Amino acid sequence: MNVLEVEDLRKHFPIRAGLLRREVGRVRAVDGVSFQIAAGETLALVGESGCGKTTVSRCILRAQRATSGAIRFAPEAGRVVDLASLPKRELRPLRRHMQMIFQDPYSSLNPRMMVGDIIAEPLKVNGVPAAERQARVLELLELVQMPPGARTRFPHAFSGGQRQRIGIARALALNPRLVVADEPVSALDVSVQAQIINLLLDLQDRLGLSMLFVAHDLSVVRHVSDRVAVMYVGRIVEVAPTDALYRTPRHPYTETLLAAVPAPDPARRGRRIAVTGEVADPAHPPPGCAFHPRCPHAVERCRTERPELTEAGAGRWVSCHRAAELDLMGVR
Amino acid sequence: MSATTIAALPDGAVAEARFAQATQLQLTWWRFRRHKLAMVSLVVVALFYSVAVFADFLATSDPHATDARRSFIPPQGIHLFDDSGFNPHVYGLRGVRDPRSFKLAYTPDPARKLPVRLFAQGYSYHLFGLFETDIHLLGLEGGARTDGIFLLGTDQLGRDLFSRMMVATRVSLSIGLAGVALSLLLGVLLGGISGLYGGWVDTLIQRVIEVLRSIPTIPLWMGLAAALPNTWSVTQVYLAITVIISLIGWTELARVVRGRFLSLREEDFVVAAELAGASQMRIIFRHMLPSFASHVIAAVSLALPAMIVSETSLSFLGLGLRPPAVSWGILLQDAQNIQVLSGAPWLLSAAVPVTLVILAFNFLGDGLRDAADPYG
Repeated sequence: MNVLEVEDLRKHFPIRAGLLRREVGRVRAVDGVSFQIAAGETLALVGESGCGKTTVSRCILRAQRATSGAIRFAPEAGRVVDLASLPKRELRPLRRHMQMIFQDPYSSLNPRMMVGDIIAEPLKVNGVPAAERQARVLELLELVQMPPGARTRFPHAFSGGQRQRIGIARALALNPRLVVADEPVSALDVSVQAQIINLLLDLQDRLGLSMLFVAHDLSVVRHVSDRVAVMYVGRIVEVAPTDALYRTPRHPYTETLLAAVPAPDPARRGRRIAVTGEVADPAHPPPGCAFHPRCPHAVERCRTERPELTEAGAGRWVSCHRAAELDLMGVR
Repeated sequence: MSATTIAALPDGAVAEARFAQATQLQLTWWRFRRHKLAMVSLVVVALFYSVAVFADFLATSDPHATDARRSFIPPQGIHLFDDSGFNPHVYGLRGVRDPRSFKLAYTPDPARKLPVRLFAQGYSYHLFGLFETDIHLLGLEGGARTDGIFLLGTDQLGRDLFSRMMVATRVSLSIGLAGVALSLLLGVLLGGISGLYGGWVDTLIQRVIEVLRSIPTIPLWMGLAAALPNTWSVTQVYLAITVIISLIGWTELARVVRGRFLSLREEDFVVAAELAGASQMRIIFRHMLPSFASHVIAAVSLALPAMIVSETSLSFLGLGLRPPAVSWGILLQDAQNIQVLSGAPWLLSAAVPVTLVILAFNFLGDGLRDAADPYG
């Protein structure tokens, strides 16, 4: 059963200019994205800065309203709502079933509230009585491996990694069905990244979380995710089970992302694939395949015809005209 | 953490625990304390406001009592010692006929010593506007009606400038506070609406602010003040002047509030509260307001001196408060005439508290702003 089904999600930001604020163009931040997340599954959404992955996650949680498309979410078994079209009033009771882990552990915690109050806030606004809140906060602190004494302290007393744990505790407070983690480790040191990743893995095991894990590089998602979706300029270019994607990427863009993953063993270091050029502007995407100006394998067809996302093997989808003929390099 | 565990920890750990459990207010205070100039300014401002509260108690003679015989008496110090030891006294006045103009001029007469007493009886007034009393900090024992302590001299009508200055401090500082309170109300309300709703409401309010700020203030105030009916009482004029000066003052505060709203709306912790299902009201009052209260306080302390200067300049130009009200501007009005001023330069002394309080407020505001937002 799927917890989340996103279908043809689009989010366009109008560019307005002049005195009358007329729309002169559109930034197609998300332009036709579809994916599913099964119960207990973690899907990683990977792509460069500005490819629209954060917009996708914000649309799913309705921090922003999608321009078009459907976001079918199952808050409980046997019940499905479309988050994209739900009126605001009906949305609020659903909020408790989906929570977010933020990228920046510094701005995501209110500096004026004690850690205990921060974690208890979702409980409070959803009407959990005070006595239960207290117990739940202690339980959550233990879950994210923080001492119970953290309760009465303020966020400024904690390091980035500790703050991120607090953020995770807050996200888990209401036992959500779906957790959207928006680059939860990107702002942290590498050593702390590993701790947070391990914590998330542990929580997946213990709580059976369904998670959308947004990241900008492939190095961190391998351990956390069951499947990986690679985004480029507002579209998904490849979806595959994690191992398959790492071993045999089918899209040239996935290959370049994989080439950027640092290899711990110098003997195994493969050939370097340097990506040239800048990421395409979503307000003026190139014709044909959006990746063609940077693609070393681009042919004439790529410049004129936009490839569709088509099935390429078990559970694998890729949007590349030359997917079948290219032999791309992965990592072991 | 309980008190017992804190006591058991060594000093460094106690400091750390104190830091960890400090509220944002405490952190702000600790940062503010390091700002020496602002701390001094805080004391200066506090002294000024205590003068405003105890103005009549500090006054040595009735600020409204005129006496032509003692006009333009130069400032006189209090002599602490005489031949018999410690005996604070001032000299009495003696009328001397000027041999050329035949005018009677009163000058201090060292032969007549008038003892100065603490908590002496003088004119009666209402302390805090409630209790009738006639006790003053300093006063004379005995002496004729013309005698008095003239620490800063007297004006043309023979009113003691020091006493008038005390009362003026109350009027000028309170008009600043009232003006700021009104500006704050308007600024937070309109700035909040502007920042919260955005769109055309925001555009409209911002354009109104720009138009208001583009009008030169002095002509605007002149026009408005000229429109006040002559028949209005001192209190009515006082209220009208606060409204006039806060008409411009609110714009700056509205901008600060709007800016904070706009930046906070994007903060992750506000988004987190929204995603948790918190209501709009709860987001504003529980999550956003505490985060910019300190900025508003800093903006207020920077707006206050502007208000005080506004009142002073309006009254100086004769457009603000009118005698018999006493304010710094009205005191300075007497110093407008260069001929009077050359004979009685002490009339300019009302400029000193204006300068002092405005400098102090500016330093205080800077310190508060730095403490409230160490990055901004």
